[in-house]
Amino acid sequence: MTTIVTENCKNCRFTDCVTVCPVACFHYDDDMLYIDPDVCIDCSACIPECPVQAIFEGDDIPEDQEKWIEINAEKAPDLPVCEEQMDPLPGAEERKSELGF
Amino acid sequence: MSTLGTEQNPLLVAIVGSGPSGFYAAEALIKSDITVKVDVLERLPSPFGLVRSGVAPDHQKLKQAIKLYEKIAASPDFNLIANVTVGKDVTVEDLSESHHAVIFTCGAESDRKLGVPGEDLKGSHTATEFVGWYNGHPDYRDREFDLSHDVAIIIGQGNVAADVSRILSKTVDELKHTDIAQHALDTLAESKIKEIHVIGRRGPAQAKLTPKELREFGELADCSPIVLEQDMILNPESEKELEEKSNIASKKIYDLFYEFSKRDIDSSKSKKCFFSFLMGPKELVGNSRLEKVVLEKNGLSGEPFKQSARGTGETIELESGILFRSIGYRGVPIEGVPFHESWGTIPNDKGRVTDNDNNVVSQFYTAGWIKRGPSGIIGTNRACSVETVGCLLQDLPNLDDGSKKLGAAAIYTILDSNNIRHVNYAEWKKIDAKEIERGEPKGKPREKYTYIDEMLSATD
Repeated sequence: MTTIVTENCKNCRFTDCVTVCPVACFHYDDDMLYIDPDVCIDCSACIPECPVQAIFEGDDIPEDQEKWIEINAEKAPDLPVCEEQMDPLPGAEERKSELGF
Repeated sequence: MSTLGTEQNPLLVAIVGSGPSGFYAAEALIKSDITVKVDVLERLPSPFGLVRSGVAPDHQKLKQAIKLYEKIAASPDFNLIANVTVGKDVTVEDLSESHHAVIFTCGAESDRKLGVPGEDLKGSHTATEFVGWYNGHPDYRDREFDLSHDVAIIIGQGNVAADVSRILSKTVDELKHTDIAQHALDTLAESKIKEIHVIGRRGPAQAKLTPKELREFGELADCSPIVLEQDMILNPESEKELEEKSNIASKKIYDLFYEFSKRDIDSSKSKKCFFSFLMGPKELVGNSRLEKVVLEKNGLSGEPFKQSARGTGETIELESGILFRSIGYRGVPIEGVPFHESWGTIPNDKGRVTDNDNNVVSQFYTAGWIKRGPSGIIGTNRACSVETVGCLLQDLPNLDDGSKKLGAAAIYTILDSNNIRHVNYAEWKKIDAKEIERGEPKGKPREKYTYIDEMLSATD
């Protein structure tokens, strides 16, 4: 089971996770990041980096977020790789406080 | 001479150590917009450091980080000089004469001591030795571990302690299709160990392993994880720690321990792995070899997140013939490079090596465990190496002293004049291919060569 980016990343895209990814498996679009499950080695390094706790191990994903398993797998491979930290999306800090972090 | 970092005058960097931090430093240099030539020195004939010889054999997916390192190594600007020990076969001075900059990424190769009587008794080992042994590291190939006792004790509750405990808890069937070294598999097949005690000096809210590592103990074929219900009662400070939203990893660890504490013991399983808390070793006792361990119970004191463990004076004894200490690593000094004795690291500022008076030592940089101490996992080293290379590139104008640097050619001249057999990346790939071939009939991803002579013969 792989590691998955979920709902909380949407409109935040802080990308702190990317700096510690040992295999550069994060991809991005205008909204958020996605993990390519074929490249991810499940090391979990990214999980504690996320300021909005958007990343979960597959074995540990909340039920209401399970749809993201498929979304990550489908979207990631065709999107550009995010190898370096980018600026968060506009409004990310506000969204972070809304989410309670 | 033309500007440093151009086609006519490439930046020449020597990296000491080919583990993750060495490879991530090489990657950051090669991906930068200057022209660079990177020579990575490695003391073994095989690269990849702890990804090859630290990551547990039953965590094959983690070892796939190597795929990325192979891509980095494929760059024409990358060169591996393996089977060469810096400080012995070439000096640090040789490297700083031949290269514009040297990055030390040699990790933390030695263990912290417990500092208790009896620590050096036969039967008392470091986790490093055991991990190196089951992973086929040549330094530890001929170590002997007597697994004929009922009880094994592991001191420490980090990921390495979890690896050691899990390898002792698994059946041969659970290990035989991994790349565990054959000599280790044969010894483990004869193991009589029935009880594994994993001892932490603080409580279940402070254990420093990852939830993923802990979860595996709940899924073992022939071993039950055991946690006493009474050990799950927390002091108010620890409760406060777990309430903190950012401390989600510790909460997950606690919840897993809690779930283990509520389980009925599965009598169909022949082994038990006990997680015990708030205890530390006081003395290792035995005549010619380890017979028992005296453990002192601890109490916690201090503010939330700053709680430290202190002995209460109350002791218990546990009979055991084998103990592994896994309470952290420390680096080993290299001649000619500053070293912080008590931290066991190279003193530095964001990766720029500094002397004892905090002055930057020009040309010298460091990354990985030898830079920041033994914390974090594989990927943590990527951010660490990127920071160091960022500093190095900022210093570019100061790295050109006008002298002609010969790079790898100068190193090869020294090695050849001393008849030192060095191994390049193409030769490593031959070793690699033969290891994979040797593993195939056994259904293993590879069967490692565990002696340096064997590796060198495989390059023919």
